Amino acid sequence: MPELRYIRAINQALADALEADPSVILLGEDVSAAGGAFGATRGLRDRFGAERVIDTPISEAALAGAAVGAALSGLKPVLEIMFMDFTTLVMDALVNQAAKARFMFGGQRSVPLVVRTPHGGGLSAGPQHSQCLEAWFAHVPGLKVVCPADPASAYGLLRAAIADPDPVIVVENKALYATKAEVPEVLEPVPIGHAAVIRPGRDLTLVSYGGAVHTCMAAAGILANEGIEAEVVDLRSLQPWDEATVMNSLSRTHRLIVVHEAVEAFGIGAEIAARMADIGFDELDAPILRVGAPFMPVPFSKALERKYLPSADAVVQAARKVLA
Amino acid sequence: MTSSHRAALGENQMLKLYADMLLIRRVEERLGRLFADGEVPGFIHLSIGQEAVPVGVMSALTADDTIASTHRGHGHAIAKGMPLDGFFAELLGCEQGLCRGRGGSMHVADLSIGMLGANGIVGAGLSIALGSALAHQRLRRNAIAVAFFGDGALGEGLLHECLNLASLWRLPLLFVCENNGWSEFSPSAGQITFRLADLVPAYGIPYVASDGNDVVAVSTKAADIVAHVRREGPAVLECFTTRMRGHYEGDAQKYRDPAELEALAARDPIRIAKEYLRRLDVGEERLQDLLTDIDCRIEAAVAAARAGSAPDFETAKADTYTPVDLH
Ligand SMILES: Cc1ncc(C[n+]2csc(CCOP(=O)(O)OP(=O)(O)O)c2C)c(N)n1
Ligand SMILES: [Mg+2]
Repeated sequence: MPELRYIRAINQALADALEADPSVILLGEDVSAAGGAFGATRGLRDRFGAERVIDTPISEAALAGAAVGAALSGLKPVLEIMFMDFTTLVMDALVNQAAKARFMFGGQRSVPLVVRTPHGGGLSAGPQHSQCLEAWFAHVPGLKVVCPADPASAYGLLRAAIADPDPVIVVENKALYATKAEVPEVLEPVPIGHAAVIRPGRDLTLVSYGGAVHTCMAAAGILANEGIEAEVVDLRSLQPWDEATVMNSLSRTHRLIVVHEAVEAFGIGAEIAARMADIGFDELDAPILRVGAPFMPVPFSKALERKYLPSADAVVQAARKVLA
Repeated sequence: MTSSHRAALGENQMLKLYADMLLIRRVEERLGRLFADGEVPGFIHLSIGQEAVPVGVMSALTADDTIASTHRGHGHAIAKGMPLDGFFAELLGCEQGLCRGRGGSMHVADLSIGMLGANGIVGAGLSIALGSALAHQRLRRNAIAVAFFGDGALGEGLLHECLNLASLWRLPLLFVCENNGWSEFSPSAGQITFRLADLVPAYGIPYVASDGNDVVAVSTKAADIVAHVRREGPAVLECFTTRMRGHYEGDAQKYRDPAELEALAARDPIRIAKEYLRRLDVGEERLQDLLTDIDCRIEAAVAAARAGSAPDFETAKADTYTPVDLH
């Protein structure tokens, strides 16, 4: 199997989508001539022209609103918001317009737009360039949210998002951009709403998404040395999330930990834990635990950020607790 | 207004403009009564006194052009051609409404005629119209988009972003400011330090002002500016007009000087349009027939809406996302 970098997988998904559908356009700051702040759109202007790969001024609010208007008028805009932290500026367009237009217009038309945006720390990018805000969007009826952990799903989820008739927020993890992994010979879309069991195990279930999936895999490796077999579920989609796959795993392992890089409080983990405590109550042999970031801004200093980010050790400790 | 404007419009054109305005006026007066009787739930913002703007602007548009509207959007919707049945049924919250009772007055939309929705968020229509104009341009349609906004939206930063983007990309986008001097319960003069006329030249695009209560002035200026937008790119049309009712129905307007309200009668756009018709020797009888016909159509739509059914909750909920079989 060939190897592909996460960022190249995104690039290829964008290229294939532009190739497949003439109504797809890319918009964003420095996405065209410069090829993107992280290089996700490199080479696309040369292939598809500046008419379809469009450099924009620093006008996030208007661009997100324009994406809604364009989507209602026949285009499939893919908007890059350079850092997820900047999505604070696009909230009206996404929350009040994109998410509701289909519903509040009585289903007259869908809003096929995609916002791509990187979250996550580990790069000493500091409090305003590192946040994981995906739970905000997952909380809004009408939006879909996906978060790929590896190159194959980065490709597949982005293709699915662009093909989807509804607004989809594609959350990329910027610490993963440079990572490489094996991918199938032919890359395929990954359907939204389907999780993947990426490591089978009988003793406990670790549910995660994005960069934290790798933290879980590292923790599972440590636990395996102690004879504990952790099952790792990569959610891939956060809204909608794959309740059946998580439930299925829980009913085999009877122990559940949800792990994410976003702050632990009021997050994706809280939602999954609450839901599983409800429908999975009879299967549980231990309380459901969450491992997430502490309730504080993402710090800059490496010494601080290292302690801030949820570690494999923290996952291992949580695992010992649910197994005690 | 120059005399050429008067000369430019013949009897039929003038009658059409008058009839379109009268339709909006009668629809909104009817809505006001329905609201007072408790038949229209929620909030409604009437555009009584401002009808010349949507009618004048829409007279310059084609069916393929798109518009994004505001919270005060009934006039835009009806002037763009929204069917009365679907309109009234929506405002009464029925399944038969254009939005199946999910949007109401503040979100009424008809995508099939290019009406991209009223909007509950001040200024939001600016960027939606911008995106629609981008789609027209990139898909090489001959259409333009129009963003309606009030003078209250002059305080929103989004306006700057949209003016800059429209100019930068030479988008077929017409900005139409409906300047009625009010932002809710406050004069906008107490909120806004600049004149749009002074701001727009900074973006390098044309600015045109119009008496927003004179439908001949609005339609003549709109015809010119729309032709420019279709040919060359964005422009701004500011229409100075009058909000003759409260911010919303039920607003007692204690903050307004009674003398000011009284003086508005002279500027009533329907009255001004009638003057033109009188000068064209259109008889009172024809106008009476027109009114009767309009009221008949309205009553039929109201009756149909009253006979409408309540929307089904599960169907509405399922429509939060596109059904899988439509993927
Ligand atoms: C973003 C936002 N802020 C505030 C409001 C509340 N609001 C509704 S209408 C309005 C006044 C708007 O004035 P203007 O744009 O001049 O329109 P007009 O009501 O005069 O037609 C305000 C403040 C809102 N709907 N949206
Ligand atoms: Mg106003």
